[in-house]
This record gives sequence, structure tokens and C-alpha cells, in this order.
Amino acid sequence: MNTTLIKDTKADRIFKYFLYAFVLLAVLIVIYPLIYIISASVSDPTAVNSGAMWLWPKGFSLDGYEVILKYKDIWRGYGMTIFYTFAGTGISLFMTLPCAYAISRPDFSGKKWFTTFMQVTMFLNGGLIPGYLLIKTLGMVNTVWALLIPGAVSVYNIVVTRAFFQSNVPWEMQEAAKIDGASDFQIFFRIVLPLSAPIIAVMALFYGVGIWNSYFGALVYLQNKALYPLQMVLRQILVLQDMQQGAATGAAITATAAEAMERKAELAAIIKYGVMIVSSLPVILIYPFLQRFFVKGVLIGSLKG
Amino acid sequence: MAAMQPATAIAVPRAKPKLVRRFFSLKRLQDNWQLYVLILPAFLSLLIFSYVPMYGVLIAFKDYMPSLGIWSSPWVGMKYFNQFFNSYYFWDLMRNTVGIQIYGLVVGFPLPIILALALNELKGGTWKKFSQTITYAPNFISVVVMGGMLVAFLDPSTGIINHALGLFGMKPIAFMSDPRWFKTVYVLSGVWQGTGWGSVIYLAALAGVDPTLHEAAIVDGATRLQRVWHINLPSIVPTMVILLIMNVGSLFSMGYEKVLLLQNPLNMSSSNVIATFVYQQGLINGAYSYAAAVGLFNSLINAILLIIVNNIARKVSQTSLW
Repeated sequence: MNTTLIKDTKADRIFKYFLYAFVLLAVLIVIYPLIYIISASVSDPTAVNSGAMWLWPKGFSLDGYEVILKYKDIWRGYGMTIFYTFAGTGISLFMTLPCAYAISRPDFSGKKWFTTFMQVTMFLNGGLIPGYLLIKTLGMVNTVWALLIPGAVSVYNIVVTRAFFQSNVPWEMQEAAKIDGASDFQIFFRIVLPLSAPIIAVMALFYGVGIWNSYFGALVYLQNKALYPLQMVLRQILVLQDMQQGAATGAAITATAAEAMERKAELAAIIKYGVMIVSSLPVILIYPFLQRFFVKGVLIGSLKG
Repeated sequence: MAAMQPATAIAVPRAKPKLVRRFFSLKRLQDNWQLYVLILPAFLSLLIFSYVPMYGVLIAFKDYMPSLGIWSSPWVGMKYFNQFFNSYYFWDLMRNTVGIQIYGLVVGFPLPIILALALNELKGGTWKKFSQTITYAPNFISVVVMGGMLVAFLDPSTGIINHALGLFGMKPIAFMSDPRWFKTVYVLSGVWQGTGWGSVIYLAALAGVDPTLHEAAIVDGATRLQRVWHINLPSIVPTMVILLIMNVGSLFSMGYEKVLLLQNPLNMSSSNVIATFVYQQGLINGAYSYAAAVGLFNSLINAILLIIVNNIARKVSQTSLW
């Protein structure tokens, strides 16, 4: 829609100023805390805590990152989270894709009851406690399975994936293959999946980021700290401020005891920002490049809401 | 497709006799058995992890004892429901849950719409892409990091917010430990995180607006603001209604994650919601039956609310979830 042929009226020009001012304001509100965190993570702790550092780094220092590098819990959590993310995403895809394909088939006799069977779970659920008791009965408490299996299927994601199959893989093509003697497995693995790279990417991202960022499952099901994902370790550092480990490392750096106490508190505060960045790094790095896939996922979902 | 058979097989699968459709038919199962295999993983997963806990809800009406199991534990009827309704904190929990959710709805619902309308007016270009990338980004920050940011930024002595307030001569505010501030902190941080991403769905609806409407309006001398108001806004009303239904329907279903992180003994009077109460009672205190009863009560209100709102929406605007 090109409006350049008609000259902007005064009202339109005012509109334009307000428009740009509004979007600029929105961007600033969002971006400011993010820049602040980055700057704070490489600044002198005193400058950050006193408020002297408010936008760009002040008194450049990598002490925070140094402590983080030596903080064993963080790296163990990192390793566990990478494991949970890859294993969990794999399991979720294994459950989501085939199922979504089957119910996308117009000739599938189980389509109707299974769709109802699925949708019921979107409105009814046992809730936290019966769910917990089940996991406990199954002996999954305090094992990695508690984080991998129970939440592996998202009905919403199945519905989105089905919508993609229905609109992007022509049924005529599958029917032709069927007439040529292809089995349903062959159609799924050799025709549908190769044509569905975008939805596989979208689903892998949705599930993957979800697992990376979650802590609640671990809070409920895990007592063994060795199994904690990164977010649980973060929770202790950022929210519960359980700084024993980090503080001990911090104390080792400094000379006198009194100074050590002071530095301890400061370092405790300063590794916070570094930890936020270190933990979000993978998501931050992939996000700008894969943004369109995330958006695509929402759009496919909205069409078939 | 090297493995496929020659076209002579055409007639074979089509030659099946028409059967009377019954609920269960071995023939249908045979025809589609591979598709049934494909749904099997998801089916089992939902059966075990969604349906079995529905049976487990029975413990809300029983005195659950782990040694006896769900079925053999003694029935107590509505005991735990009555205990909850008659407790002194019942209304506090309800007020806090609904209060936070309504606050969030009132502040958080219009903003993605306004942002989407504005972003839609930036016709393409780097600036539009940039502002979308930035405003969507907080959605991908984990709730733990979000909680950590709030704790750090709102600290009375070292937080940047209180330093900023100090510039205006204001006294530091203990946001995290003052119950009066809890709801605002919870809601505004949610708005910061969710507004950009929330606008995606509206932008999609706006992309479907017929450009000829705008051309006609331009010929008729409509200003841009008028076109946004009279063309773009009405065209996303169905999306708004659907999202409003879902939001109102979930007024009582508040997640555990974020509240649990921001809750502390000092702000409890305003941060104690049904979800965290269930967590506390069930998983920390081990009062399984009581917590299950409270949880069941909560999901019942959810379901009822969703049905009511959906029916109202269907009557008023012909848009509904089902």
C-alpha cells in the first residue's frame, strides 16, 4: 500500500510522530534492563550497587565471570540442562510428530475419538498433587525421567503440527503414494517428514526453549542436587541468594578477612548479572536467527486456534 | 520411492466391502494399524500422565494414606472442601488469585493490541524488524532470570529502580517485601515480558486486512489514525474476543512458577494464591488430600468460568472457542 502519491496531511504527520515515539518508547523500555544486565555483569560491583553504573559499564571488571567459571554447581547444572533439553526435545518430538500426522489423515478411523481424548486434557486435569503422587508411585521421583517423560506431550503443539500437515502436505500426494502401494509408515517417514522441516524446527524450538527455561518440575520432583538443571541452580543464586559456594570462592581471591567479607557481599551481587547472561546465552544466541520460526509457530497455531 | 510397488496394486485396497460403521471394528483397525502405531506414544503418555491423575483426584474425598493407596484410603466426603471454605485464609487466597489475574488482564490485555497496531503501521524496513526482535525477546527469558532481575533491580539499597527514585528525592521502597507492591511488581514484570510476544498474533490478523479497504478510505480522505481506528481495529476484534475468553476463563488458573519465586514471608499477605497454597500444603506439608481438594475446587471454577464466558461471547459476537 503506497500512499506517497497523496501528500501527508498535518494529522497524518502528527500521527507519524506519535507512532515513532510510541514504538521507540516500547523498545527502550524493553531494551534498557537488558543493556543494564550486560553492563552490570562487566562493571565494578561497587559502581553497580551504588547506582553510579546506570547504562554503560563502569570500572570494567571480569571478576564476576571469573567466579562463575569456578562455580561448579553452575556448570553441572549447565550440563544437566543440555541433557534435559536434548533428550526431552527428542522424546517430545517422537510423541508429537507421528501423532499429529496420524490425526491429520482424513481417512484415519481413530481421528475423531483421539482428538476428543486429547482435548479433554486441555480442560480437565488432576492437578499438582495427584500428578505428583503418580510420579512417586511410578518410582520416577528423584530421577531424570521425572523431568523428561510426564510433560513430554503438549496437546497444543500436536494441534499446531496437525494444522501444518493438513495445509502443507497435499493429501493428493499422499493418496497417490498410497495407491502406489506405500504403507502409512512409508508415507510418514519418506514423504511427509521430508516436507515438514519448518514445523519440526518450530516444535524443536518450542519444546527446547521450554525445557531450558523451566525449573518447576525439578523443584517438585528432584531432591538430588546432582540432577538439578541450571534453572534450579540459578534460583538459589538469584532468588534464594544462597551464596555459600560462590562466596567461598570469592573469599579465596581477597587478602584480609575484613576485606574479604565486604568483597564477598559485592561479588555475591555481581555474579548475579553474569549468571543471568551465561544461563540465557544459548537462547539469546539462537533467538535472533530463529525468530521467524517462533513466530511461524504462533501463526500456525492461531489459524487453527 | 524405490520401495513402492508397481501401479497394478491399485485395485486391491479399494476393493473392500462397505461395512456397517460400528464403534469398534477389527477391519478399521486393520486398515489403519500403522496410524494407530503412530499415535501410540502420545496416547500412552496422555493416558498415564493426564488421565490417571484424574482418577487420583479421588483423594480429595478421602483421607489419603500412602501405605493404603488411593482406593483403600477411607472416604471422608466433603471434609477437606469444608475445611477449606471455612478457613480464615479462604477469602484471602481467592482475593489474591483473582486480584492479580484481573490486574494483569486490565493492564496486560490492551497493550499487545496497541503495540501490534503501531508495529503494523511501520511499513516494513529495518526499524520494524529491529523493534519486533527487541520487543519479542523478553518472552524467551526464563522465569528464574526474571525473578532474579526483579530481586536485583528492586533492592531497596542497591537496586537501580530505587536509585532512580532517589534522584527524584523519593525514599527507597522495599518492593519485594511490601505486600502492597507485590501485585504491581508481578503484573508489570509480566507485561514487560509478554507484551511484545502477545502482539504477534494480532500482527498476523492485521496482515490479513484487505488492502482495498485502505485504498478506498484514502480516496475518501481518511487520515491514518482514522484508518487504524475504523479498519484495522475492527478487523482484529475476533482475535481479541478469543483471547479475552481464554484470559477470563483462566482468571483462577494462576501458574506456580513465578509467584513461587517472588513470594517471601513478608509479602505473603498479598502473594499467597491458590496455586502456591496447594504447593505448600501438598508438597511441603504433605497434606495430600487437603491440597488435592483445594486444587480440584480451583479447576472446577476454571471449567465453569470458561464455559460461562464462552457462552456469553457466542451470544454477543458469534465468536467462541467451541
